[in-house]
Amino acid sequence: MSERITRDEVVHVARLARLTLTDAEIDEFTGQLGDILEHAADVEALDVGDIAPTSHPLPLTNVFRADERRESLDREEVLAQAPAAENGQYRVPPVLGESQ
Amino acid sequence: MSALEIAQQVRSGQRQAVDVLEEHLARIAASDDEIHAFNLVIADAARETAARVDETVASGEDPGPLAGVPVALKDNMCTRGIATTCSSKILEGWEPPYDATVVSRLRNAGAVAVGKTNLDEFAMGSSTENSAFGPTRNPLDHSRVPGGSSGGSAAAVAAGFATLALGSDTGGSIRQPAAFCGVVGMKPTYGAVSRYGLIAFGSSLDQIGPFSRTVAESAAVLEVIGGHDSRDSTSIDRPTFDLQGVLDRGVQGMRIGILTELSGGSGGVEGINSDVIARTQAAAAALEAAGASIHEVSVPSSTLGLSAYYLVAPAEASSNLSRYDGVRYGLRVDAATTGEMNAATRTAGFGAEVKRRIMLGTYALSAGYYDAFYGKALKVRTLMLQEFAEVYADVDLLLTPTAPTTAFALGERTADPMTMYVNDVCTIPSNLTGHPAISVPFGVGDDGLPVGVQILGPALSEPSIYQAAAVLESAAGEGSAL
Repeated sequence: MSERITRDEVVHVARLARLTLTDAEIDEFTGQLGDILEHAADVEALDVGDIAPTSHPLPLTNVFRADERRESLDREEVLAQAPAAENGQYRVPPVLGESQ
Repeated sequence: MSALEIAQQVRSGQRQAVDVLEEHLARIAASDDEIHAFNLVIADAARETAARVDETVASGEDPGPLAGVPVALKDNMCTRGIATTCSSKILEGWEPPYDATVVSRLRNAGAVAVGKTNLDEFAMGSSTENSAFGPTRNPLDHSRVPGGSSGGSAAAVAAGFATLALGSDTGGSIRQPAAFCGVVGMKPTYGAVSRYGLIAFGSSLDQIGPFSRTVAESAAVLEVIGGHDSRDSTSIDRPTFDLQGVLDRGVQGMRIGILTELSGGSGGVEGINSDVIARTQAAAAALEAAGASIHEVSVPSSTLGLSAYYLVAPAEASSNLSRYDGVRYGLRVDAATTGEMNAATRTAGFGAEVKRRIMLGTYALSAGYYDAFYGKALKVRTLMLQEFAEVYADVDLLLTPTAPTTAFALGERTADPMTMYVNDVCTIPSNLTGHPAISVPFGVGDDGLPVGVQILGPALSEPSIYQAAAVLESAAGEGSAL
């Protein structure tokens, strides 16, 4: 098994990503993510010191549109797709629960 | 019958759109249980659309250039009031409150949407085996995959379920399944087709494009769906292409490069099958016979594409997919607190490959690793853009295989993610640079299955790409491909 990423790092990243992994999944991802990062070693090792990064293929900066009033999505139609809604708003469980 | 023939007959009143539709629905009913190209067939809605097209013709008006043509839509494109799943449990049952721009443009051109096609969950995969609703089979050999992630769209066209289909291509997801299913698949220049209503995977890489049986149909669809859209801030503000008008111009005098690193050359990527390389060389010979000059060219950074892509795409995906939190749409798994509900929902709703890429992307963006991985990968994109620009100063277009192999067997590559990822090695560079590329069928491999060859060009070179694609199609039809 590769040592590019540790089991503890996988657990930490899963928490950041709001995913709950089983012990078997943690083991599997530790190996697989290690393999993928091993493959990416060619990029990691590259000497690209003064090359500017490209985050986007088009040379766009700010894009503006005319400041005109437009119809927005129908609130009822949008809320109809929510798992729970009340009084025209999304309903969620308590944000601060007992576990906090 | 081609989309152009159908549209011509429907517009002139020789044929009814409803009759064209019923023929396709009958084929779907007969064999889609086995192929599983569709997540959803919208027969009743399609019948209403087709009837409206016929009424438009009867009233003396023109329904548009794709009148009565049955089209299939990849199930990651929003259709108002019609379930859109991304082949994920996390979106099962969701009905978007709006249409993607491509969906409304097809409808306004008279096309008839017949259904939503299967894909690898959130378009992450190269075989359509990662779907939460089961794999799609290759219509040419049911024991093989159709490629992916737009495998359902490629299969729908190859099986005759729809005349045309739309897919999305983030690392090859239109071109590779087109090659595996023996159809034409085009990834336009980034920004040439609106992404409004395309459910995001890797936003700086994603691009919508057509599947068709012929090059001329592909050009016709791109003319319809392309062009500026103010609802996509990355949309290129320029007029639509004239593509159908250039199809017969040929390649006389064009300079075309074989990109050696992606075509079996020494020092290039490994694992490209010899029969696929032979077909690519035959394609070069056909272009030369039609008057182009062929040159071997080198883009050294193209060998880094796979690594860079599997850092950039998961990073963008991990950010894009953070919106699936059980609050506003789709699945919710109840829990005592919102935080626990978010995690329970995501854990139950995402499949293994999606979780793997979210994990990889979150890691590549996390403190301490950002510069080493994601930052470096963005610099590789710059390097590739520079090297491709140098090459395009010398040649007009490039030629490579579309995929390293022909369609592989179901289950053959699911155990190890890296063996699946290498499928995309020839297609990824065009996504990292934003450049257009097309896959055209050019004969068969040693196993009798279709081989696709890929034509690449600089940004907005779609007309030249279609000219060369038409030459290859014609050569393949005359038997030069065999």
